[in-house]
Amino acid sequence: MTLNSKIPAGPLETKWEKYKSTCKLVNPANKRQLEVIVIGTGLAGASAAASLGEMGYKVKAFCFQDSPRRAHSIAAQGGINAAKNYQNDGDSTYRLFYDTIKGGDYRSREGNVYRLASVSSNIIDQCVAQGVPFAREYGGLLSNRSFGGTQVQRTFYAAGQTGQQLLIGAYQALERQIALGNVKMYSRHEMLEIVMIDGKARGIIARDLVSGKLERHFGHAVLLCSGGYGNVFYLSTNAMGSNVTAIWKAHKQGAYFGNPCYTQIHPTCIPVSGDHQSKLTLMSESLRNDGRIWVPKEKGDTRKPNEIPEEERDYYLERRYPAFGNLVPRDVASRAAKERCDAGYGVGSSKQAVYLDFASAIMRYGKVEAGKKGVENVDDATIKQMGDEVVKEKYGNLFEMYEKITGEDPYKVPMRIYPAVHYTMGGLWVDYELMTNVPGLYSLGEANFSDHGANRLGASALMQGLADGYFVIPYTLGNNLADDIRTKAIPTDHPAFMAAEKEVSDRINRLMNIKGKESVESFHKRLGKIMWDKCGMARNAKGLQEAIEEIKALRKEFWSNVFIPGDINEYNPELDKAGRVADFIELGELMCVDALHRNESCGGHFREEYQTEDGEALRQDDQYMYVAAWEYKGDSNFELHKEELNYEVVHPSQRSYK
Amino acid sequence: MEHYNMNLTLKVWKQKNKNEKGRFETFNVKNISSEMSFLEMFDVLNEQLVAEGKEPIAFDHDCREGICGMCSMYINGRAHGPWHHTTTCQLHMREYKDGDTIVVEPWRANAFPVIKDLVVDRTSFDRIIQAGGYISVNTGNAVDANALPIDKQRADESFAAATCIGCGACVAACPNASAMLFVSAKVSHLALLPQGEPERKMRVVNMIEQMDKEGFGSCTNIGACEAECPKGISLENIARLNREYIGATFSGSAQHE
Repeated sequence: MTLNSKIPAGPLETKWEKYKSTCKLVNPANKRQLEVIVIGTGLAGASAAASLGEMGYKVKAFCFQDSPRRAHSIAAQGGINAAKNYQNDGDSTYRLFYDTIKGGDYRSREGNVYRLASVSSNIIDQCVAQGVPFAREYGGLLSNRSFGGTQVQRTFYAAGQTGQQLLIGAYQALERQIALGNVKMYSRHEMLEIVMIDGKARGIIARDLVSGKLERHFGHAVLLCSGGYGNVFYLSTNAMGSNVTAIWKAHKQGAYFGNPCYTQIHPTCIPVSGDHQSKLTLMSESLRNDGRIWVPKEKGDTRKPNEIPEEERDYYLERRYPAFGNLVPRDVASRAAKERCDAGYGVGSSKQAVYLDFASAIMRYGKVEAGKKGVENVDDATIKQMGDEVVKEKYGNLFEMYEKITGEDPYKVPMRIYPAVHYTMGGLWVDYELMTNVPGLYSLGEANFSDHGANRLGASALMQGLADGYFVIPYTLGNNLADDIRTKAIPTDHPAFMAAEKEVSDRINRLMNIKGKESVESFHKRLGKIMWDKCGMARNAKGLQEAIEEIKALRKEFWSNVFIPGDINEYNPELDKAGRVADFIELGELMCVDALHRNESCGGHFREEYQTEDGEALRQDDQYMYVAAWEYKGDSNFELHKEELNYEVVHPSQRSYK
Repeated sequence: MEHYNMNLTLKVWKQKNKNEKGRFETFNVKNISSEMSFLEMFDVLNEQLVAEGKEPIAFDHDCREGICGMCSMYINGRAHGPWHHTTTCQLHMREYKDGDTIVVEPWRANAFPVIKDLVVDRTSFDRIIQAGGYISVNTGNAVDANALPIDKQRADESFAAATCIGCGACVAACPNASAMLFVSAKVSHLALLPQGEPERKMRVVNMIEQMDKEGFGSCTNIGACEAECPKGISLENIARLNREYIGATFSGSAQHE
């Protein structure tokens, strides 16, 4: 099959406008007859379900949590980008587009990214209208801050809870549609299979996680908005329940998986404290606006951070990247931290950490405050106190969270941070209309591969999730469903539904009947270790080859020795998790296959064999300027399809943040 | 900070499903590190139970960073345990010492029926939001975000109310199992913004009506909700809710839809 990205012809600036004014429409009476299934209720899913409900489609939305408001978008901290240029600092749609393409290390589509940048402003308008309480200035207008990889202030935020506020906005819009009867909500439900009829996605098999019963649901179209798969690494900043199952089932039904190996390792997370660790906690990138990252100049220095004098500290990001300093993109900052720790300069008991220090920001803000209040001859303690107040207003909840987890006060001692798996740029391959190569099957938000290339810029995940749900799918879905208005709802006793349900039921029985000796959790941890060691921040051919063999062996062992307590027809979280881990194991293998095939370094994919003399990622544009879309051909068998990336406007170059 | 290990006795509520009667069961856990979170201690216990071929204890959790609102647990008589402004997932074991006994129960309220062990059904909160906890603006209807300046203090107050995570600790902590703090947080969030103005009266009346319908108790100004709220949602919101409700019902313009 040749991959058709369906990017509209014409100049970059007019592609989306032209698409919108020429796409097919569905009249209101017909919309009422068309049923749409939405999996996941994060920013992408909730905004899509709400918008489609408003338009008159019959929507069914599913989430595994107890309420759609819990989806992990809620945990996004720092902000959302939009090319509003409210700060008059030279921002524009083009500049946001350019920064995103460059930040993604020239591995994304120009057409998609330009559309994303151009709808970014509408997102902010929509959210404010819904009552999202963004941060404001004293004049009553919206406030902005900087984020990594950019030189303008275009990030809108609500303290350190931007994701929460945006998700609550989308959740409320969704609940309104539920109340109006346009959306039916199925919480504590998990999608376990896509039902295919005549080559189209026509429904799903879902499991009610409370009763354990399987259900068949018909839809003219199925939208997968189930988020990313960072939990394949076991330890990540994802929620405990975040999983790949929905998109993996789709992949096994024929949907291509795009760039599975592109993983974002976020530079500022709280370091691992021991084997008991169940997840990692992010400290927002916005902290790099004011915090300075450093390690001791002396190898293996055991002094406490406050005892190390200024001249004996290495502010390595400022040293290596004077133009962007602490605000380099995430992949660059993460690798630099790993480089220092591997070289023996790490801090803390594990030596796998670097300092993120607010001391100078606190004093700087304190002096400004003292100046504002017109107080003179104040001592350092008073200035620090004033500075603490300013920092508290900006980052208070993050500082509090750090203190709860580590027991250390970041106003007094520098934070210890280390990179952690945070986001997956890869996902289901989709065209410009967000449709996978399987007709009727769409993917939105982090679950798809589009827009971020090989590395995502900070504050762009929220932007993409909401762009897809509020402003893209309402047009593109109609363009396709217009051809489906004569298709009557297919009864769920159709043989394809029955067969799919049997398939799911057999698989669950198989899992329960293994009755082995090892817990699901233990297999998940073992998988995570293989992935982190060999397909993590740095990868090489030998390690990846080993990882593939180790994962195959682990998979065999899982299917012969996993133990799942409890019963099928009851609330059984161990069983839910077993299904997810089984899928993660298969995905892990594909990620290694993809990472092994891509003989270059780009963005979040760093192959040790391909680096410049000073350790930067070295792309091989002549060979790898394509999207790797993998087709599932049976166990451990994946076929590569390439979508070439054509740059008509931007000229790819070696990224430089120096 | 000094780290240490401890052995603990846990008395945990076990209940097969909503129809069967529950009871406390006692479990012992060993070598719990003071660096663990409370839920990681439960992970250790559950791994131990699975290793013995037994069913683990069911509990709700997801983000484990204090924001999704999914974790619950009533720990030694307090919603989310002893730490101020902290969800259960952020409570850490350095709070406890070797030999301690910890009693863990689910949220207890008629409007939150038990699903299994420590897991309860909080969909009543979603239904209260459905009754009016939103601003009726369809996608694509919005004017420029800066068209309407909002006083910073008002916006900040609205934000403070909007940080509610919908966990239900306020209900669990209240002797009357009242949901007034939850409802007041949403009513305040929206009433403080000009965008929330058109539906202001209808919203408060409909949300209160739904709250009563769900079987939550009445507010008798005890203040346990504010004391136990992991996000520090203020009682001032309840005062505002009462003013909003009285204003809406006296003016006679509140409608049910």
